[in-house]
Amino acid sequence: MTSPLEQKKIRIAGPSIVTANRTWDGAVIYRTAGRAWSPELSDAAIVRTSGDARALLAESVADDLGAIGAYIAPVEIDDGGRIEPGNLREQIRRSGVTIGLPVQV
Amino acid sequence: MYAYDEIDRTLVNERVAEFRDQVKRRLSGELTEDEFKMLRLQNGVYLQLHAYMFRVAIPYGTLSSKQLRRLAHVARRYDRGYGHFTTRQNIQFNWIKLAELPDALADLAEVGIHAMQTSGNNTRNVTSDQWAGVAPGEIEDPRIWSEILRQYTTLHPEFSFLPRKFKFAITASAHDRAAIKIHDIGLRLHKNEAGETGFEVLVGGGLGRTPFIGKTIKPFVHGRDLLSYVEAIMRVYNQYGRRDNIYKARIKILVHELGIEKFAAEVEEEWQQMRDGALKLDDEVVEDIRSRFSYPAYEKLPHMPDELRKAAQDPKFEAWRTNSVFPHKVRGYAIVAISLKPVGGPPGDATADQMDALADIADKYSFGEIRVGHEQNLALPHIARRDLPALWKALDKIGLATPNVNLVSDIIACPGLDYCSLANARSIPIAQELTRRFANHDTANLIGRLHINISGCINACGHHHVGHIGILGVEKNGEEFYQITIGGRADEQAELGVLIGPAVKYGEVADVIEDIVEAYLALRARPDELFVDTVKRLGVEPFRERVYATR
Repeated sequence: MTSPLEQKKIRIAGPSIVTANRTWDGAVIYRTAGRAWSPELSDAAIVRTSGDARALLAESVADDLGAIGAYIAPVEIDDGGRIEPGNLREQIRRSGVTIGLPVQV
Repeated sequence: MYAYDEIDRTLVNERVAEFRDQVKRRLSGELTEDEFKMLRLQNGVYLQLHAYMFRVAIPYGTLSSKQLRRLAHVARRYDRGYGHFTTRQNIQFNWIKLAELPDALADLAEVGIHAMQTSGNNTRNVTSDQWAGVAPGEIEDPRIWSEILRQYTTLHPEFSFLPRKFKFAITASAHDRAAIKIHDIGLRLHKNEAGETGFEVLVGGGLGRTPFIGKTIKPFVHGRDLLSYVEAIMRVYNQYGRRDNIYKARIKILVHELGIEKFAAEVEEEWQQMRDGALKLDDEVVEDIRSRFSYPAYEKLPHMPDELRKAAQDPKFEAWRTNSVFPHKVRGYAIVAISLKPVGGPPGDATADQMDALADIADKYSFGEIRVGHEQNLALPHIARRDLPALWKALDKIGLATPNVNLVSDIIACPGLDYCSLANARSIPIAQELTRRFANHDTANLIGRLHINISGCINACGHHHVGHIGILGVEKNGEEFYQITIGGRADEQAELGVLIGPAVKYGEVADVIEDIVEAYLALRARPDELFVDTVKRLGVEPFRERVYATR
């Protein structure tokens, strides 16, 4: 897991969001524009500059009770305005494992 | 089985209460994540991609049927109905909620299971041969010494904040099933020229970013001196091990940088000051631990009972028997390996239903005992040979009779990018595809013993360096690539594999492995020359040519 401190040095190359895991159950969550967390990527606040990304991350990290391990992640925005994960790791975090689970939930 | 006493039970229960309080304080905001992280890690709780992951220790790989049922209960009640057996005789649950963890720990504590020191910079679960106590030719049961080490290292105040994690493995057989040469300290029980039992002590083995095979630091340490000698090693490591750089903090780096002779001299000096002190093990103490291990009341049984003779007519049974049944120290009995590598399945996973059913099977046929091996398979250690046909049917019914133990589809794989926050690439889908490619049992038998190990990152939880074929996932420009090594092995002749060439893409891995296996079949000197021996004889070049000539 890339630490938020290291990420502060990173310049973003495209649209990005802040994601983390929810403290009480570890579920994947995304920071919203309303300074809250959502389990839906579609609710995530999009940032397009490094300054905005750093600010969103700082605000997210400050919520130590609600979430852990917050970091900036790239996203892609398709022609219809839908937010899609920007890499395989984030795709897996959003959609789950790429394999069949031994027991179907 | 080992019978825990009141001290063990109190310690485990107190730990649960302590962690319950820590979780409560974390969820109320009294503890920050920075403050809580080390506490959760020391109780086996990681944060992974989708959720918390909970790692539970199975000391020296020995489980009772009651304990296995409780693991099934935890999988069902607190997780998603399955667990993942790891390469260090642990089981991991992938979807645990932090808020429910204290309850899960309390349920496990009732049957003497815990998660202490399954993570963090301390001594980890002490591992051993999964056939301990039943393997023919064994010097003695290595679990006695594993248990002594477990008690000594658990919550040891001096070694709870080491520079980095620290792993022990012990074997007492000529053939090393515990991979002792890739551990921080590896211990091999043997007899010296005077006929006394003691340990060859190896130090500085390990995989990860900088892999090393362990080096012998002392050829013979008497059992009574085991703890003092081990403590001398750990004191030298604790004093000189690097805390400034996580990548250089393991003891293997210290041993490498000092050189084994200088490191050994430092340890010797430390040891001479303390060897006759409080850590000297009295025979009484060892005997007390030994007496807490119970062994079945074996019957006098024939080696070739009628039931077995009749069942041999069934080729499916014979395929399983010749693959998964191994000699036992007692005539009329066998050790049965249980593959957790079904065709197309995730290596090492077992469902709660399978665990429950296996616990019942163990009660019926194996004196209620199950073993866990570092190859991510299970074993039943005490099977009467007359029961083999009935056992096979029972295992087959629950999907646990895949006859591929030690064959090409018996793949070790870490959870990889599907679960792990450290991974760069997926491991499980690669393993699944390979098991499909090599699903034909006759082909797999023709190939013979061949270990494929897969890791999704350089941390090497899938032990790729010591796979006969090792596969390491890396990431290049956002895409998954895989480096292939060949010629590694984790047994008594442990070696690190050699890279055969540039990394290949995700979709090409299975083809490349098939090419390597085909090259081996063409190159081997005789049908019984193992893959790893062919590589040793010829080097990697013929395999490299085969793989890259057309790519």
